[in-house]
Amino acid sequence: MKQYAYYPGCSLESLAKDYQLSTKEVARALDLELKEIEDWNCCGATAYFPVDEMLAYTLVARNLAIAEKTGLTDFVAPCSACFKNAYYTNAYLKKDPDLAEHINFALEEDHLHVDGKLNVRHLIEVILEDVGLEEIKTKAVHPLKGLRVAPYYGCQLLRPRKDHENVENPRFFEELLSAIGAEPLEYSSKARCCGASLIITNRRAALEMVRILLKDAIDHEADVIATTCPMCNVNLEVYQNQVNQEFGTQYSIPVMYFTQLMGMALNIPSRRLGITKEPVPKAQVPVPS
Amino acid sequence: MAVELSFSKEIANMMYATHGNPITNCLQCGTCSGTCPAAEFMDHTPRVMIGMIGADLKDEVLASNTYWTCASCYHCTVRCPAGIDIADMMYALKRYSMWKSRYKEDLIGPDFSEGFVKMIVNSGKSFEPILATTYLPKFSASQLVQEALTATGLVLKGKMPLLPKKIKRLKNFQRMVKRIIPLGGSS
Ligand code: SF4
Ligand code: SF4
Repeated sequence: MKQYAYYPGCSLESLAKDYQLSTKEVARALDLELKEIEDWNCCGATAYFPVDEMLAYTLVARNLAIAEKTGLTDFVAPCSACFKNAYYTNAYLKKDPDLAEHINFALEEDHLHVDGKLNVRHLIEVILEDVGLEEIKTKAVHPLKGLRVAPYYGCQLLRPRKDHENVENPRFFEELLSAIGAEPLEYSSKARCCGASLIITNRRAALEMVRILLKDAIDHEADVIATTCPMCNVNLEVYQNQVNQEFGTQYSIPVMYFTQLMGMALNIPSRRLGITKEPVPKAQVPVPS
Repeated sequence: MAVELSFSKEIANMMYATHGNPITNCLQCGTCSGTCPAAEFMDHTPRVMIGMIGADLKDEVLASNTYWTCASCYHCTVRCPAGIDIADMMYALKRYSMWKSRYKEDLIGPDFSEGFVKMIVNSGKSFEPILATTYLPKFSASQLVQEALTATGLVLKGKMPLLPKKIKRLKNFQRMVKRIIPLGGSS
């Protein structure tokens, strides 16, 4: 069984408990051993960089250092913002000895040292690359037939990586959804921003950004929107009411983590995946679960 | 004798510290503005903002809401033909404006960022409801009600724990932070 240094991030302990539950269940079912690193701290999401760049890198580096100490080679994050911060901090540490020296001086206070030698990966990549579509297909004993899913990539899972296969029009999420028997739908906003923390700092702008995404998915007759990030999930799910109030719309569409949909296909009980209400294909009679 | 840096150099220096970002190479092509999902809410589009920095229009830049309206989506960054990381530049402008304590009135972003960092330095972790108290005073009454409703909705859905956690080695963690910000400016 392959082992990974697992960094859940703060959201998975609070707003995104359902993501945490479903991640653990799915990992177990797919024989991935996620070993949570000890005493990790908040990665800062997007809020440190406006204050102090060096502090931002140092706080992320502490988590990387703790992971390096375990001897595991792969650092896995389920949150796109955590992933992006860890990915870049790791890369900068590796190529910039001055930065590494500065940060290691601070890390001494916690008896830690960082080299930037990890493979930093998002959970969805680990599942796709290390388990693979064939195996997922075999294990998906309860395929989500007829369920029209809008794969929502968001931003930081893809960007600003330029080495990624296809940053502008990725296909891997669609492939994963097909492997669990769902129907991935094509819509142009799949990598458009959800507004992220603008939901707090500039609500009007963020609600408009959320509105565009909801409209696009609903216009394409999605039964559910699937996400890979707690921030995206919360913006798209919790703020639907406020979008409706603000724009006079009547949007109501379930938003779920990709791990929850995978868990359903792997025949894991909804309760263990943090699902309160299973999505059903609008187009056909619901499949009894 | 000290030579005073131009504003554009100051901004460039805030990014070269960790990795180069060639903002002076801007072609003014407008790809970033055309890409930006938040452009319509900005006082100046990303392209204009870069032009303003190049022209050393410091006061105008500091009075703009543009960088505080950036969602860090990095769409401009991956499309810029000149290889400029515009999102990173927006962060640098936020830092500059925080450092100078000069920003447009009524913005929530500066308080939010500061509150967030304080919270993390105090506990090692982030926790939304505590965070909320750092920016709520700036909301209008109707927004407050909406915010409360949203928060309640979250609590009802069982999505929020009632107590924040702290990391175990908090003392070490805080000493680590002090080595980066020696004056404890953010704690
Ligand atoms: S896309 Fe790049 S080159 Fe074009 S205007 Fe924007 S920053 Fe300048
Ligand atoms: S990173 Fe900021 S400036 Fe660039 S496209 Fe996204 S919101 Fe606009």
